[in-house]
Amino acid sequence: MSSEEETAITVEQLKGSEILLNGLIAEGVETIFGYPGGAIMPIYDALYDYQDRLKHILVRHEQGATHAAQGYARTSGKVGVVFATSGPGATNLITGLADAQIDSTPMVCITGQVFAHLLGTDAFQETDVINITTPVTKWNYQVTDASEIAEVLAKAFHIAKTGRPGPVLIDITKNAQLQLTAYNGYQKCEHIRSYRPAPIIRNNYIEQAAALINEAKKPFVLFGQGVLLGNAEQEFKAFVEKTGIPAAWTILGAGAIPTDHPLNVGMLGMHGNYGPNVLTNECDVLIAIGMRFDDRVTGRLDKYAKQAKVIHLDIDPAEIDKNVKAHVPVWGDCKETLPLLTALVKEKKHEEWLEKFRTYTREEIEQCIDAEINPQSGELTMGEVINQLNQLTKGDAIIVTDVGQHQMVACRYAKFNHTRSNITSGGLGTMGFALPAAIGAKFGAPEKTVVAVIGDGGFQMTLQELGTIMQSGIDVKIMILNNQFLGMVRQWQELFHDRRYSFVDITSPDFVALAKSYYIDGQKISERAELKDALKTMLDHKGSYLLEVMVTKENNVFPMVPQGCSVSEIRLK
Amino acid sequence: MESKLEKKEFNITVYTENQVGLLSRIAIIFSRRKLNIESLNTSPSEVESIHRFNIVINETEEVVRKVARQLEKQVEVLKVYYNTNEDVIWQELALYKVPTEIIAEHVSVERLLREYGARAVVIRKDYTVFETTGHREETDALVVVLQQYGLIEFVRSARVAIIKASDGFHTKLKQFENREPGESASENEYLNNGDKVFTM
Ligand SMILES: Cc1ncc(C[n+]2csc(CCOP(=O)(O)OP(=O)(O)O)c2C)c(N)n1
Repeated sequence: MSSEEETAITVEQLKGSEILLNGLIAEGVETIFGYPGGAIMPIYDALYDYQDRLKHILVRHEQGATHAAQGYARTSGKVGVVFATSGPGATNLITGLADAQIDSTPMVCITGQVFAHLLGTDAFQETDVINITTPVTKWNYQVTDASEIAEVLAKAFHIAKTGRPGPVLIDITKNAQLQLTAYNGYQKCEHIRSYRPAPIIRNNYIEQAAALINEAKKPFVLFGQGVLLGNAEQEFKAFVEKTGIPAAWTILGAGAIPTDHPLNVGMLGMHGNYGPNVLTNECDVLIAIGMRFDDRVTGRLDKYAKQAKVIHLDIDPAEIDKNVKAHVPVWGDCKETLPLLTALVKEKKHEEWLEKFRTYTREEIEQCIDAEINPQSGELTMGEVINQLNQLTKGDAIIVTDVGQHQMVACRYAKFNHTRSNITSGGLGTMGFALPAAIGAKFGAPEKTVVAVIGDGGFQMTLQELGTIMQSGIDVKIMILNNQFLGMVRQWQELFHDRRYSFVDITSPDFVALAKSYYIDGQKISERAELKDALKTMLDHKGSYLLEVMVTKENNVFPMVPQGCSVSEIRLK
Repeated sequence: MESKLEKKEFNITVYTENQVGLLSRIAIIFSRRKLNIESLNTSPSEVESIHRFNIVINETEEVVRKVARQLEKQVEVLKVYYNTNEDVIWQELALYKVPTEIIAEHVSVERLLREYGARAVVIRKDYTVFETTGHREETDALVVVLQQYGLIEFVRSARVAIIKASDGFHTKLKQFENREPGESASENEYLNNGDKVFTM
């Protein structure tokens, strides 16, 4: 070694893998969900020495890691972090990435990759992760040299959590993980030349919006997850209360203001409430806040709110005018735009208009809600289970739902006193989401009761994560609503395919015995008389618990806006 | 009548960071919407480290506007403009390979060159390569003529276009480089193009 080289070594030299872990700590990461393998071994090797600072949760499948990271991000408001190895490890992330992308969940996934000199040679466990993940990430990048790691990681966190949040993937070749390089500390990224997460707010649009709102006779607010993502719950409440405008939510917006708030008029969309859907086609000014007019919300676009002037507040300019034309676009973070708007609007009450919503609510209660949540005979319904759960948790629990009928029922009937307590796969509708997401949700909000509500079908998609619960020893309540069908598909077959029940009849193992084999307690019930006690037992149980509730087989979720219909054609039965 | 719903050629200009993988990110935005790219040119811009894509598609303005916003949303994209053919100055380059012997015997090469504004790029015993630049019809016209004389090979480049009304990007770039962007760097131009932004 020459004397020159010796002096150079006095600058701190770290391995790429260590630089990565230091960076994660500097970003405030505490929990990582992951699964090791050959191409990410140097990072796991380094992690061995960082166990006191970084908690790693070993999942049972990489898809589980992504959903857990999503659950964690949604409850905590922080960035979810995932580790996976190359090839099959990385491809197992795709569903979770796509889900996080469409639901704007901040997530940073780190995948190992083969040595740089093997790239493009079909080496063992090599896949082109960057190209595969491009359509389902907000940003991705392949690192082939350790000297890039700190800067790329900082960029990744900045991109994942700012603007419209989303998933980011960094693929790191094995040589870069192993390579020693000079390390000058970690610097967070606050600026990327080509990236403009926050626009300059245009006062003229705010003024135009305020003028419309002040003139409106029947204004109507639609709110989505943007309110939560912007941490703008207070600002939102102030706006709604000052203007006295009825407000309805998308499933990802649930909880932004409490379910019982007098101006909260319910859920929008295909299985949403009657009033909000019908009255969308009657309001004169529609104020969309942090929501993106998903087709499950709008139904037929050509018959959607044509009579209304639309004001659209969104951080993502690509969402404005995408589906519904905005008369007044308010581009910006609603945490900033809402107070400006609130300052300009007049204090009002819209009693008569609100009363219209209440009239529809009464009709909906009479025609479908009552029978669903207070049945006097027959088999248990999903609605009464959720209603009962609600009464016991008093709206304070975090409810994580899977996808299907139970999801719609849970979103319709669960009450939320708190923000960030309804965790569900909205845009992608991913079955298998709930169990792993509930694990992450509990890590994100350890002081809260976390209840996963899952169908018998969806549970069987990721039930291996019971192993993760067992090993990490966390407390997640798992409630399987078993209707012995792929219920939501069966409902469509019943309504739109002449009851041709093609492959929706699903059999299940003994879920309670299965849970027991993972050392998780549980029970199965099917009688109304047992329901309350069984729920209490689950909630009072120390540690995780699985409750299987047998519910009526051919129950449908109503109201429903049939596919291809307008929101005012919503059916009550 | 000019209609927003009428399909026509649009020239999309995309300024990006110079980064591996960006081409596929941009291409995906078109392909997932089943939009056919008529012409694609990418090259460094006048500003170091910034690349410029010229993309031509035949679509309605409505679609182009949405695509432009999706493009601009990409982290590494600095700015996107879209323009009709009337709003840009554009050129395509064409090369024609013909047998030298036939050409020399049968064509008044001089006239050919003058009429079509062509230039001989290479003259060999076996073949000659001509070059023209211009709009599609112009470069096509010479193909028709040379086909009679045993055209061996023809190739045309993607379109390059300069926006007539742009002082545009150069000044914006300075704002991009600042941490606190100026008004125009943060403005999404297409927001202003809403049909009837409410006015009082
Ligand atoms: C991964 C995945 N595959 C298929 C579907 C289509 N799908 C939507 S709902 C549903 C049925 C869900 O059945 P189950 O989990 O038993 O819940 P239920 O509707 O009975 O409450 C299916 C198959 C999906 N959303 N996700």
